[in-house]
Formats: sequence, C-alpha cells, structure tokens
Amino acid sequence: MKPLVAAVGAVLCLLAAALLAQPSALPYTVVTREGRRPLAARTFNGQEMFALEDLARLFNLTVREDTAAGGLTIGAGGQTILLSTQQPLASIQGRMTSLPAAPARDGRTWFVPVDFVSRVLAPVSPTKIDLRKPSRLVLVGDIRMPRVAARVESLGAQSRVTLDVAPPTPHTVAQDNGRLVIRFEADALDAADLRANTTTDLVQNVRAGDTPQTVFVDLGPRVASFRATDQPGPAGATRIQIDLVPQTDAPAPPTAPGPPQPQPQPDAPPLLDIPPAGGLRTIVIDPGHGGDDAGAKGAQGTLEKTVTLAIARRLKASIESRLGTRVLLTRDADQTVGLDQRASLANNNKADLFISLHANASVRPAVAGAEVFYLGLEGYGEAAQRAAQAPRDALPVLGGGTRDIEIIPWELAQARYIEQSAAFAQAVEGALRERVPMSTRALQQSPFRVLVGANMPAVLVELGFLTNTHQEQQLLADDHQNALVQAIVEAIVRYRGGAGGTR
Amino acid sequence: MNRTVALRAGLVIFVGVAAWVLFFGLPRWYSSRKEATVAAAAGTPAAPSPGAAVRKITATLFYVSEDGMTLTPAQREVAFSPDVSAQARAIVEAQLAPAAPLVSAIPADTKLRDVFVTERGDAFIDLSGDIVARHSGGSLDEILTVYTLVNALTVNLPAIGRVQILIDGKEVDTLAGHVDLRHPLAKSLNWVVHDSH
Repeated sequence: MKPLVAAVGAVLCLLAAALLAQPSALPYTVVTREGRRPLAARTFNGQEMFALEDLARLFNLTVREDTAAGGLTIGAGGQTILLSTQQPLASIQGRMTSLPAAPARDGRTWFVPVDFVSRVLAPVSPTKIDLRKPSRLVLVGDIRMPRVAARVESLGAQSRVTLDVAPPTPHTVAQDNGRLVIRFEADALDAADLRANTTTDLVQNVRAGDTPQTVFVDLGPRVASFRATDQPGPAGATRIQIDLVPQTDAPAPPTAPGPPQPQPQPDAPPLLDIPPAGGLRTIVIDPGHGGDDAGAKGAQGTLEKTVTLAIARRLKASIESRLGTRVLLTRDADQTVGLDQRASLANNNKADLFISLHANASVRPAVAGAEVFYLGLEGYGEAAQRAAQAPRDALPVLGGGTRDIEIIPWELAQARYIEQSAAFAQAVEGALRERVPMSTRALQQSPFRVLVGANMPAVLVELGFLTNTHQEQQLLADDHQNALVQAIVEAIVRYRGGAGGTR
Repeated sequence: MNRTVALRAGLVIFVGVAAWVLFFGLPRWYSSRKEATVAAAAGTPAAPSPGAAVRKITATLFYVSEDGMTLTPAQREVAFSPDVSAQARAIVEAQLAPAAPLVSAIPADTKLRDVFVTERGDAFIDLSGDIVARHSGGSLDEILTVYTLVNALTVNLPAIGRVQILIDGKEVDTLAGHVDLRHPLAKSLNWVVHDSH
C-alpha cells in the first residue's frame, strides 16, 4: 500500500511541477490553402509570444538585429518594420504601432507578442492574415473559415439549437440517421465555441462533423421533426435556429397556432399606443399583382390579387389609426401596376418602409404557412456588393463648398438597406409567429424583383398558401385577416422602437 | 458415402452455373436486347457513332421535395457531349422530361427552344412561354422553378457559372412576378436539401 501512495504522490508532484513551470503555451495552428501546421507559442511574463524566426520562415521575413540602436529591422515584402527591443513599439514605414509587450529573448532567439501578427504583419502583408486568438488560429490567404458558436436551450417540450455563424456562410441542414448534419460552403470551420453549453432530452451533443465543413447535432430518440430558420445574428453573423419537436405520446393535436388565437391578448396594445413622432413618417404597402396579373390561384379559385388588396386596405386603416403614420398603397383597385412603378412610388414619396403583400402557391397542396422575405444579393454579383459599400462623393454646390451625396445605381437601391430590411423582416416574422401558422422556412432571402429598387427597408410577406384549401378559407376570413394585420402593425411598432427605427 | 459426395459436387456445380447465369449471362443477354430496342427505337437518323456504345454522363437533376419547400437532387444518365452548349442542352432536356413519380418545379409541356453558353460561362436557356402560362404563380414555386434550371447547369457543368432564363427568345423581368430574371443568376444550394429525410 505505502509504495503505491508514494508513487501516486510522486506522479502528482511531477505533474504539478510540469504545470507550474510550463514554458510553452499550447501551439497555434496556421491554416493556409495548402493545409495546417502548428506554430509554437511561449509565455513570457503572462504574454503569449511567437519566435521571430518561426514567423520569418512562415511569412518570408528578413530579420537583422541592430544592437547599437537597440532594435530589430524586419523586411517584409519590400516594406521595413523597425521593432524596438526595449519598448512595446513597432514602426511600419515610419508609422508607430503599439504592442502589448516588448520582445523577449531566450538565448539567441527573439520572441514577439502574438499580436505582432495582427497589428504589424497583417497590415503590410500582400496576402490576408487573420489572427484568431480565442481559437488559436492564424489564417493565411483567402480562407473561408467562419466561426461557429453553438447554444442549446430547452423551450418547454421542445429544444432549440442556435448556431451563430460569422461571417454569414451558405449552408444546408439535413437529418441523417439520428443526427442533424449542417454543411457549410467553406474551407473549414472555426469551431472553438462549438461545444454545447448543455444537453437536453432531444439534443445529446453538438460537435464537429466528419468533414471540416460540417457540424453534427446528435439527436435523442424522441425527436419527431425539426425546423431550421436563418436569422440575422449579432454583429453581422447569421443565426441558424433549429427547433426540435418531440414525439407526442398522446394523440392530442400538437400546438396548432389556430385555436388559441384569442389568447395573445389582441387588446393588449392600446389604440394610438405611441405618438407618431419618431422615425416612421410614411409607409408604402404594396398589394401584390393586380389587373391582368392575377397572381396565384387558390384551390377553389380565390385570386391572389383579391386577397392582397383586401388585406392591404385593412393594414392601411390599422396603421393610420393606431400609429398615425401616413400610408400609401401602390394600387387601390384591381389594376395592373408594373414592378418598377411600385418601388418608384415608395422612393418618390420618401417612404420609410416598403411592405409588399403576397399569397403563395405550391405544387404540393399540403404546404401552408406564412413567410417573410427580404432581398438576397447573391444574384446581383459584384455590382451590388459595390453598391452596398459605395462611398459618398463630394459634389460642388452653387455658392461654393461641397456636399456629400451617395451615388448608387437606381436599380440596386435596396443593396444599402439589407441589414435594416433583415431586422424588419425578423420583426415581422416574430410577430406573425405569435398569431398565425408559419411555413417551415419562415424567414428567407431571395432576389425578388419588387424589392431591389426600393430605397428604404423593404420586405415581402407571403401571407399563406392559397393552394392549401384550409388556408384559402383562412385568408378569406375576417378574423385571420385581422390577425395578419395585427401582427404586421406590431412588427412595425417593435421595429420603430428598435435600432432600425431611425434612419 | 459416394452418393453424398456426388450430390455435393452436383450442388456446387449447379450453384456455380446458376450464379454465372444470374450475374453475367442474364445481364449480357438483357443489355444486348435493350441496346437492340434502343437502336430500333432511335431509327436510322440517330446512332451517331456506330459500334461504340453511346457515352453517358451522370447528371444531378432537381425535383420538388416531399414537403414542397425545397429541391431534392436526383441522379440521371444523360447523353455525353464534348461541346458545352450541347451538353447543357442535353441536361436541360433531361430536366424538362417527365419523371413521375418525382414532381418537377417546371410546368409540364415547357419546351426548350435553345441553350447557348458565352465565353464568360454565362448560359442562356430559352424556353417556351408555357413555363409562364402554366405556372402556379406562387413565389415559392417560382424560386424552385428558377433554381431547378440554374442549379441543373451550374452543379453539373463547372464551365457554367451563371444562368439566365429567356422566354420565347426574349429577356423577361420575372416568371410570375417575383424572382428577378433580368440578369444571370449564380448557383444557390440554399433551396436544395442534401439528404432526403
């Protein structure tokens, strides 16, 4: 017994000694198009540092020590960096940059703080260098490696997995043998924050998948179905929200948002709840289709153009009486109006919001539920990306001086408002969800023609599916039309109260 | 003793012969018959390169998923062509062909007028007006119709980066009032589900 205790004690002592004396921190990983390799890091006085000779090899730097002047001269692709050996300072072509610590020395080797890579090397490098300290990564070159952070929460019987993806990256969600596979169009994933904070009955684990581009969500045996939606997340990220629904043992119908409609207190928001002051002065509502263009046709013959006009009129009345905001309709009769004319009406009246109302159709009669769309720029190529970031131009003004104006191709006006449109779309989706059944893909982006020319936040609401007999009846019914109108009015109130309310 | 040995030997030989017939003989006989019927059906004007079997590629085509919300990929054999425009044409023809029980997002009887591909890798698919006249008019179906065609070319042919749909030889604003068709669209797998579930 005694020898065993002694042996265990000795091992523990050795371990403790190793931990305390740990001269080298965990290595970083350098990711390039060619592959990955480790980059050793060491800790000096609580500062993580890289060996300068490792960086020199990696980034083709030349290093010369000037002992007389107390500095290091580093050549990087024709540019010269002077690094003080005494002070936490570097000079890039004469411009000073601070560092968290002065370089450290071990024998003949110089060590520089990890931030040297992001603050000094990245600005002078012809190739992109991205230092990600929390994930211990150095990305070199054009690597698409979005950060994916996961969170699991339990919502009553359901569970929700939230994945924040930055920058937004195209992806698919599919179910495969007891797990969900989320596949990203990327080179790899930065999954340092992937580990789920908790697990539930329905979500057993969230982990990296079998390829560098996938994430697996291991499901519990009682999962019946899932619903994935994309939403704008914090700080320009995309938020993938996956709701998992358990099997119901009892034959009782699951949560159909139909019957308990009166419950969400329809009278709660009082009339004229907020004074009309604030961001929104004019709202343009666009009843989809009209005239020669009947739009979609219902299972029993209801025409989309009739439904959209009826609901648009109700919505106009409700906004005017509750919010006191001016509302214009792009048509107030069964007439043909061009798609360009609809956006121009909103632009010419300097509207603050553009809401296009539509009713959907599917070749599958079972499809039902409302959806909210905002513009996706994927179809518009580089011109749209440029328009989204177009600089202001200075124009001379009569009488001297200049005035900053924005020059944007008219047909891409919406490109400047994608973020605000996304926020408003999210508000509409959330408010609708409280009152009416939603489709399985309730919040989407698409290159919709009527939205692209709108020079203000703009959304297109698909109110429901006319090809579904039950929904066709709902869309014609007073109470359902009122529920839709209530929801959109509430979304406007929420949007106005949020960051998007001021332009 | 001798009888059981003979029986076993007989059984082994029988199984061997049966296996050969099942795995090699039958398929050979069957495929030769099928080729004969295909050749007969094709008639005289077809049969481009006699002797050599017609080369095929496996193309990914797209159909409306069970739940109606997305596109489901399906593999189909399509005649091979060394020319990009001709290959694109063959793929679009296959995509337009009826594929019951699969449901296509493209209205039935839509006819292909022409396909041409520019040097920049933009493909133009010129379709008959049936695609508009017979469309359900829903934005969801419209998105699925457009991306069925865009993805059928961009997914199968790396030389094609973007696709524009023309109707009766003319550029159009939209098919049914929603998706902007005034310029070529790039591949979008946002509307494609990977594994059927």
